[in-house]
Amino acid sequence: MNRPLLSLAAILLLLPLPAAAATLPDDGGRGLEIAREADRRDQGWGDSESVMRMILRNAHGDSSERKIRTRALEVQGDGDKSLTIFDEPRDVQGTAFLTFSHALEPDDQWIFLPALKRVKRISSRNKSGPFMGSEFAYEDMASFEVEKYSYRYLRDEPCGELTCFVVESYPQDKNSGYTRLLTWIDQAEYRTQRIDYFDRKGAPLKTLTLADYQQYLDRYWRPHRLEMVNHQSGKSTSLLFDQIRFNTGLSDDDFNKNSLKRVK
Amino acid sequence: MQRLFSALLRWRFTTVILLLVLVAIASSGARHLNFKNNYEIFFDDDNPQLQALERMQQSFSKSDNLLIILAPPADRTLTPETLSNLHWLTEQAWQIPYSTRVDSITNFQHTFAEEDDLVVEDLLLDPEGLSADDVKRVTAIALDEPQLKHRLISEDGAVVAVNVTLQLPEEDPNAELQQVVSAARALSEEITSRQPELTVYLTGIVMMNNAFSESSIDDASTLIPIMLATIIVLVGLLNRSISGTFATLVVIITSITAALGLAGWLGIYLSGPSASAPTVILTLAVADCVHILATFNQKLRQGEARDAAMQHSLQINLRPVLLTSATTAIGFLSMNFSDSPPFRDLGNIVAMGVGVACLLSLTLFPALLALLPVRSPGPGSRGSSLMQQLADWVIRRQRRILATTLLLVAGALALLPLNELNDNFVEYFDRSVPFRVASDYSNDHLTGLAYMEIELDSGSAQGISDPAFMGQVEQFARWLRQQPETVHVQTLTDTLSRLNMNLHGDNRDYYRLPDDREESAQYLLLYEMSLPYGLDLNNQINVDKSALRLIVNFETLTSLQLIEMEQRIGSWLATNAPAINAAVSGPPLMFAHIGQRNIISMLTGTLLALLLISATLALALRSVRYGLLSLLPNMAPMVIGFGLWGLLVGEVGLGLSVVSGMTLGIVVDDTVHFLSKYLDARRQQGLNAEDAIRYAFNTVGRALWITTLVLGIGFMVLAQSSFRINSDMGLLTAATIVIALVMDFLMLPALLLFMDRHRTTAAARNPQPL
Repeated sequence: MNRPLLSLAAILLLLPLPAAAATLPDDGGRGLEIAREADRRDQGWGDSESVMRMILRNAHGDSSERKIRTRALEVQGDGDKSLTIFDEPRDVQGTAFLTFSHALEPDDQWIFLPALKRVKRISSRNKSGPFMGSEFAYEDMASFEVEKYSYRYLRDEPCGELTCFVVESYPQDKNSGYTRLLTWIDQAEYRTQRIDYFDRKGAPLKTLTLADYQQYLDRYWRPHRLEMVNHQSGKSTSLLFDQIRFNTGLSDDDFNKNSLKRVK
Repeated sequence: MQRLFSALLRWRFTTVILLLVLVAIASSGARHLNFKNNYEIFFDDDNPQLQALERMQQSFSKSDNLLIILAPPADRTLTPETLSNLHWLTEQAWQIPYSTRVDSITNFQHTFAEEDDLVVEDLLLDPEGLSADDVKRVTAIALDEPQLKHRLISEDGAVVAVNVTLQLPEEDPNAELQQVVSAARALSEEITSRQPELTVYLTGIVMMNNAFSESSIDDASTLIPIMLATIIVLVGLLNRSISGTFATLVVIITSITAALGLAGWLGIYLSGPSASAPTVILTLAVADCVHILATFNQKLRQGEARDAAMQHSLQINLRPVLLTSATTAIGFLSMNFSDSPPFRDLGNIVAMGVGVACLLSLTLFPALLALLPVRSPGPGSRGSSLMQQLADWVIRRQRRILATTLLLVAGALALLPLNELNDNFVEYFDRSVPFRVASDYSNDHLTGLAYMEIELDSGSAQGISDPAFMGQVEQFARWLRQQPETVHVQTLTDTLSRLNMNLHGDNRDYYRLPDDREESAQYLLLYEMSLPYGLDLNNQINVDKSALRLIVNFETLTSLQLIEMEQRIGSWLATNAPAINAAVSGPPLMFAHIGQRNIISMLTGTLLALLLISATLALALRSVRYGLLSLLPNMAPMVIGFGLWGLLVGEVGLGLSVVSGMTLGIVVDDTVHFLSKYLDARRQQGLNAEDAIRYAFNTVGRALWITTLVLGIGFMVLAQSSFRINSDMGLLTAATIVIALVMDFLMLPALLLFMDRHRTTAAARNPQPL
């Protein structure tokens, strides 16, 4: 008898959040402007190499460590190229991923498996799952391209000793694990300080805090400690950068299928 | 006492007001009452199985689930329309509040080789324009996949399901559960409006939790009003007094509200079992009033003035009312020996209710009656002459009656072992509950709902990649699948074997575990990197990759079979994989264990209650001899009740394990009343045994059979509950109470006559002037 009411409730309940957001007042393009400015300030870094550790913790407090190195090459006009090399745990040592990221199409990705001594191309539309079992999704770690999201500036808000823009962004990829992100960007240097992730039903999923920023080449700011907390599962992951180097002399030749096999 | 009673009647108005204010204060605690609805409340925090489960869920992920089954009309296979609706449902299920994972055959991460590529994609990518061939392809792959068959698709490919894993924050559990259930129901309505031929069934842990709360709410809204109406009619008919009925009703209702209020003040919460407290209190509170009212009417009939009649009635009934209330409370307090908190709560709430009812029936009840108009009752009914005949018959046939009843008890003792322990939580609900219907359908057509979560710990970080460990896990999974009870085994070894095959160009020969640990680790790394949000392996692998979790579904098993299965698993692992550290848990197993533990602990509780009650009786009757003698008629009803249960039903669960203690407290009342009248006759009136029996029948026979009728009907109403824990408890209690009356009318007098056959009366030895 209350069938129409129930279906109405269903429709309201299932309404995706971005649609609701679209009805909110326009920010006059300010959100996009902020994203562009952040992107502009980060251009021209060329290439870099980083050494990092990932510490995974579950709700019970057990923890586990992974060690990774990345090499990255800036590509003008398209997504960057990157190489991820796994050092620990031991049994995946030498496994390497080569990624050509793209703003809107799926990234191209190859993996070298030392155990098979072969390079395999991975064809997967959807890499929103966890990176090495951590709370970071592959899409959280992929290179930032302005076109991947649409933006809406919300407000200014103090963040620590700084003042931040709070910008809401909506993933353009329908396979994203998120409906929206809330990003805190400091007004002084346009560094991302914090990101709140909202899952497919618009519920708070994770919070990323970025800390220990250091400046390289007098221009580029890089965080050295990233903490991702999953509010739903109680698990968390710390990503710690032990070393970041720029101008390491990497070139296009270091980022292809053949170089993948030789990677050390 | 006498002065107190007369003061009470003199200041009747003040008494009523004062008591009602006190009741109101006690009752106001009800606002602190919370209703809890999850299965965890049946277990103490330190319950070993609960702890194992919580530990496992912290290492992996929570396994609370909602299973949405799409059932086609009979003999219909999967159609393109159903498959496309399944795809739609799979997408929409992500919108269910607190969902963290959604699995179905459509979003299953199908992996295959394409030249040198590894393709990882949804098994059904595009639901548009599906042909019969598409359905055939999807069905064939799904049925070939051990992870899906018997879990998300039926063996014949006709029935499909979406499994939603949820992570409820448990900040406001009732509201959270409601949100999930209403979202699930809305989706199910939506599916049936899209494709009316489908039947949608909702089951899983979340629906079970919901059934616990809906059953209790149903009970509260249907059983309690039925009870009240029944009591009003019964008391009204039997006493033929409007004022008396009204006063009884006031005492009953105030006892219930005060008990619930006190429970609230004490921070007790309500749950399925403890929510039956009002019904039980309602039934028990009547007895006190019936006895007082009966004597009051008797005295009025004898021509006494109203206040004098009431004072008399109070004097006569004070001791038995106090005594029976005390024994009833002891019986219910014995539930504190239960291992399951809701039953301890039920015992305590009812004990408080009994205490309040005792107090109010001795104070509020007479004061109210004194305020209300009372007309002199008509002449006594034929009841007394009937009782007279019964007394004569028992005296005539005493030997034969004693022998028969003793034989009956012995026979029932022999039947006791027919009771088999069975706590199947699905069967906690009768077939009027949708959860039960859905679960039965799932058991018959898709997958078993009895399941175990098994953690296999290799003992070292990254240890799951060790081929020796994986080999043992695979053997274990194979062994599990060979067990006749097993329906489905979810194991990572299947995924790894498939990946090995995919990475070797889909060569079937490679559908086996990788040879070395690097291969395993790297395949898993590769696979994990390719999975979408929510479909990761974190529900099967812990963070440092030292342990795996297997989930095994079984067909419907009794608790004993489940515990036996657990032992079989334990001994297989101990023999074949001694290096693996295993833990087994899951709600069905937890219920199986608590049923068993509870029966043992309740036996202790009942025994202690029996001793305490007998001691109370011996003290009250001022005779060790009669205290001991009372043991037999007090225990006989329990033995016969359980014996009959073994013969007719044969299954004992959590609900029944508490029956013995609680009925003991109730059935003892009849013995108390009968014995005290018998002893009065012997000691004070100097009658011989036979005449004392006649006296006892004449004075309390009618009241006993009225209270038994009320109690029997009361617990029969509880037996109508759709929640089997409550209905079984009600049915067996009602039966035991009726048997108790029969025993007190037959066995007890026969026993007394036998014991006292050579005894002269105290009066004969020491004659008193009449």
